[in-house]
Amino acid sequence: MGDYLRPRGLEEALQALTRPFTVLAGGTDFYPARVGRAVTEDVLDIAGIAALRGISETEVGWRLGATTTWSELVEAPLPPLFDGLKQAAREVGGRQIQNSGTIAGNVCNASPAADGVPPLLALEAEVELAHRDGTRRLPLASFITGVRRTARQPAELVVALHVPRPRAEARSAFLKLGARRYLVISIAMASVVLEVAEGKVAAARVAVGACSPVAQRLPLLERALIGASFDATLGERAEPSHLAPLSPIDDIRGSAAYRGDAALAVLRRLLSKVAA
Amino acid sequence: MKLEFTLNGRAASWDGAPVTRLAAALRDDLGVTGTKTGCDAGDCGACTVLLDGRQVCSCLVAMGQIEGRSVETVEGLETGPDAMAALQQSFLDHGAAQCGICTPGMLMAAQELVRRNSKPSRAEVEDALGGVLCRCTGYGKIVDAVMDVVSPAPASAPVAGGAVGSRIVRVDGPAKVTGRDVFGADGIPTDVLWIRVVRSPHARAHFELGDLEPLRRRLTAVLTAADVPFNGYGIYPDIKDQPVLADGHVRYRGEAVVALVGERAAVLAIRDDEVPIAWRPEPPIFGVDAAMAEDAPLVQADRPGNLLLKGGVKRGDVAVAFEACAAVAEGTFETAFVEHAYIEPEAGWARRVGDRIEIHATTQTPYMDRDEIANLMRLKPEAVRIVPTACGGGFGGKLDLSVQPLIAIAAWTLGRPVALVYTRPESMAASTKRHPARVKARFGCDTEGKLQSCDVTALFDTGAYASWGPTVANRVPVHAMGPYAIPNVRTWGEAYFSNGPPAGAFRGFGVPQAAIAHEAMMDELADRLGIDRLEFRHRNALRAGDTTATGQTLAHSAGLAECLDALRPHWRKAHEEIAAFNETGGPHRRGIGIGCMWYGIGNTSMSNPSRMRVGLSPAGTLTLYSGALDIGQGSNTIMVQIAADAVGLPAEQFTLVTGDTDLTADAGKTSASRQTFVSGKAAEKAGQDLRQQILRLANAGPQAILSLEGATLSVRDGADVRTIDLATAGPLMGEGTFDPPTTPLDADGQGVPYATYAFAAQLAEVEVDIELGTVKVLRIVAAHDVGRAINPTLVEGQIQGGVAQGLGLALMEEYLPGRTENLHDYLIPTVGDVPEIECLLIEDREPLGPSGAKGIGEPALVPTAPAILGAVHHATGVRAHRVPLLPHRLREAMVAQQRSKA
Ligand SMILES: Cc1cc2nc3c(=O)[nH]c(=O)nc-3n(C[C@H](O)[C@H](O)[C@H](O)COP(=O)(O)OP(=O)(O)OC[C@H]3O[C@@H](n4cnc5c(N)ncnc54)[C@H](O)[C@@H]3O)c2cc1C
Ligand code: FES
Ligand code: FES
Repeated sequence: MGDYLRPRGLEEALQALTRPFTVLAGGTDFYPARVGRAVTEDVLDIAGIAALRGISETEVGWRLGATTTWSELVEAPLPPLFDGLKQAAREVGGRQIQNSGTIAGNVCNASPAADGVPPLLALEAEVELAHRDGTRRLPLASFITGVRRTARQPAELVVALHVPRPRAEARSAFLKLGARRYLVISIAMASVVLEVAEGKVAAARVAVGACSPVAQRLPLLERALIGASFDATLGERAEPSHLAPLSPIDDIRGSAAYRGDAALAVLRRLLSKVAA
Repeated sequence: MKLEFTLNGRAASWDGAPVTRLAAALRDDLGVTGTKTGCDAGDCGACTVLLDGRQVCSCLVAMGQIEGRSVETVEGLETGPDAMAALQQSFLDHGAAQCGICTPGMLMAAQELVRRNSKPSRAEVEDALGGVLCRCTGYGKIVDAVMDVVSPAPASAPVAGGAVGSRIVRVDGPAKVTGRDVFGADGIPTDVLWIRVVRSPHARAHFELGDLEPLRRRLTAVLTAADVPFNGYGIYPDIKDQPVLADGHVRYRGEAVVALVGERAAVLAIRDDEVPIAWRPEPPIFGVDAAMAEDAPLVQADRPGNLLLKGGVKRGDVAVAFEACAAVAEGTFETAFVEHAYIEPEAGWARRVGDRIEIHATTQTPYMDRDEIANLMRLKPEAVRIVPTACGGGFGGKLDLSVQPLIAIAAWTLGRPVALVYTRPESMAASTKRHPARVKARFGCDTEGKLQSCDVTALFDTGAYASWGPTVANRVPVHAMGPYAIPNVRTWGEAYFSNGPPAGAFRGFGVPQAAIAHEAMMDELADRLGIDRLEFRHRNALRAGDTTATGQTLAHSAGLAECLDALRPHWRKAHEEIAAFNETGGPHRRGIGIGCMWYGIGNTSMSNPSRMRVGLSPAGTLTLYSGALDIGQGSNTIMVQIAADAVGLPAEQFTLVTGDTDLTADAGKTSASRQTFVSGKAAEKAGQDLRQQILRLANAGPQAILSLEGATLSVRDGADVRTIDLATAGPLMGEGTFDPPTTPLDADGQGVPYATYAFAAQLAEVEVDIELGTVKVLRIVAAHDVGRAINPTLVEGQIQGGVAQGLGLALMEEYLPGRTENLHDYLIPTVGDVPEIECLLIEDREPLGPSGAKGIGEPALVPTAPAILGAVHHATGVRAHRVPLLPHRLREAMVAQQRSKA
């Protein structure tokens, strides 16, 4: 049986990380990976650290504490900028998973199908990592480096995600395709954040998940959206060529060709939905 | 680490490793086993509890996170001794619990919602319950129970003689909604040793065991094939082909190889790679094509050509009849391995009592278990006692042995109680599956749309071991022409061994697979002739007086035409609505489909008797001794209802003793939809027998009215009232036996395979997303001829649950060894996937059955997939030839269709 630490303060946690620990937050990825066997590793339970929890507004944007749960996010009073992330939160597992699972856990687990990642990419979220010797920030896109791989060093903790305040009024949305209604791993999903000025798209950020090892932004599509009028015809702007950054694969949930097709359909609907 | 927290409002403390799952601590250490575990991975929701008022999966919460917090479990719902919460009462009244294994989790998930919102909408309920899977109910009655929590429907207790046909609540319902029912993993004594099974990671391999001594020193015992007295079991007396532990050779991934026995922590701590097994993998044989290939290696050395069995039914001259047909349709349809996915994994414990072995385990068939264990252990059957626990879902999958042999052998040799609880991946890898089928069908009709000829060949992949393969291969040819009168028939079935998981019994024994084919043919012929799909079926429906393809004349109770009549208004109305919807354009298109079925009740051409007893003790206790296992379908309640009316005393005066092979007689297995018809008839006879004895004692006539108060039995015959003092007259015991009359089938499949058949027709409305290939089932209307609904609530529950499984079969379920061995990769319908299901009960009485009843368990599932697939065809023009019709398969078929049109 390994050690189990449940610090109340961040300092204590970072101090502990000078030796190897498996970080435990909501446990919704941790325990499923350990079915039918004894848990022997040393565990650092960060769920009791008050400083890591909750959402606050800062001068430049918002800070989402690492252990903020999906349910807490949904219930937080946030501007429409966060609608997409909230919609994603409602699609993560069922209620029980949303009540336990955390935002940083989703990001650190780095599943290609992590539903939190496309909306956070579209929000241009930055990951704040703390180390005993200081902190650093990475754009989310650089933090997740591959399937279940991140840039986190063993001695670091993710303490928060930071979302910058957009220049113009922003709208956002999320759409997920799965083979059943609840508790389902996405076949494809997408999220969009649009900044709107004078009825036109002033800035666009679109990301697609489950169609590549790491969810991808679609810069060509983003460019094509700029200047478009903000209405239901936005969907028509999405073209197959915009999907170039994606590299869908065949798996039990769908074929590669289908994924590509479906991603485009999901994107078109998403864009119509956000402007509806 | 010692932790303090609040459990159900009271201070609690717990000491142990803080990484321990909350679910495990509750169940194993704190003695509150109402919280169930079905997966330990967040996928099933059975373990749902409230943590600080919020629903969480207790299998995903570390005890270290509980300190100072409040945990609520199902045990905390009751408001006082014997005072259920409104939610529990509502579940009970609505029949929302079937097997009950999901019930505590459902209740807690619902509790989070109703505490905040006592009048939730359907959508709110679905969102709240989306994380709890139920495999039995189809969710409808659960959602209703939550929505109606503040306005419960008053339940009425029927008077003497009025039990049959009434909606009495389940007799085992209170135990299920309070979490007190004891399932396979719930009653395990604390002093047991535990088994962990090491299983094959290969589908086909030879292996050698290395030196096990080092492991034996760390554990109490390590069992191998050499420890099994007779290492072969199987459903058929002459096919004992499956080893308890593999002997040098494995035939499927998940096959048991070595059993580690010791303290729980000790067996869990040993990783598979610490067990010295030298594997020599060989290329596996997957699918019937590989199995049938000329040079295919043999899965079982004594099975040439990998053939398990073949046979069929022949009547008239098919070839000549096809010549004369005005329209002929043909097609080939394939299905996958399908997992039962009962929410309760296999579990149980055994102990040696002198020279007897006693097994407490979840099962569908206590007497078959008893005889099989005796055979494996070289004991007399009387030396084995099976005490079935509550069964958290079976659907055919708990007809085969699972934990029983290993716990029995270990307990016997070690002289200590031994337990084994499968993990979810283990349950999925080790247990039987629905047979993958390839059904090639050809049907022809005349210009009037009357079916003239039918030729069906069904190939089944029976996996590594025979299991129920012969039953499937025998049953399908009898049913493969569908519930229609066809003068010329040739049906044929063959089952082949492969290195897939053993395919066994799963709700319908192959008939659901065949129905996909025959119903597609009905649609196609109807379309060709421009006849409405429902009317086409109506024209051809088997009716009383018709002769079936096996030469059996149906004397009574063939209510398919009535089922179709009942559906007709819904069908017509839906057609209009759908046409109007599709006018509006957009990426969604709706369609409607229909599926019909018939299903022979009980074993195919084989004796399958049931014996029941009803006793009246000197103290006045009225007891039904029933060996018929209730696996959620409701037989406990139905048997009491039938026996009550047969005796003439109120159902609520009955106590029930069920399953235990020492206390009850053999009532056969809970399969083949036979319990209501066969065991129900035996219960009726047992009740009548007891009544006769009472009437004789009282010298009263057949119309006499009985009443029981304490040990005093009053018999009122007209104006005459006699009282019997049971303390002096008792004990009385009535007994009844029933074995449905059948005859063997000859070489052409001619004979009487079943004494009676259930009939059904269902319609499905779907909405297809033509861009994404997803299918949403909007509504099912199910018309079932059940002979007589002994308890309409339970019948509806069976139908709704069967429909949900049929929906899964059609749209999402596919077991792939090594890839979908858990409940997040293997998808079964959630509360958001199962539509509203309207049940229309047709009661065309079967004179042989108790009060005219037949069966419903399997028939409920059979027509659903055909109806859904027909609806998809109606919406899109795409006919599915392979299920599950996953979104990518449907989308690709639509694209191909567009291309071929262009
Ligand atoms: C039934 C079920 C359904 C699910 N459905 C979905 C779904 O639909 N969509 C989806 O995206 N996900 C889904 N998930 C996955 C999971 O719930 C989410 O990824 C969740 O957000 C993970 O958070 P957690 O706090 O529970 O993570 P944990 O299990 O506690 O941790 C996850 C990983 O991240 C690491 N970690 C966690 N926090 C930190 C930190 N602050 N710093 C450094 N490392 C950290 C841990 O060491 C671990 O490796 C599902 C899970 C289950 C069990
Ligand atoms: S046991 Fe916890 S979700 Fe299945
Ligand atoms: S009643 Fe829900 S799983 Fe059996």
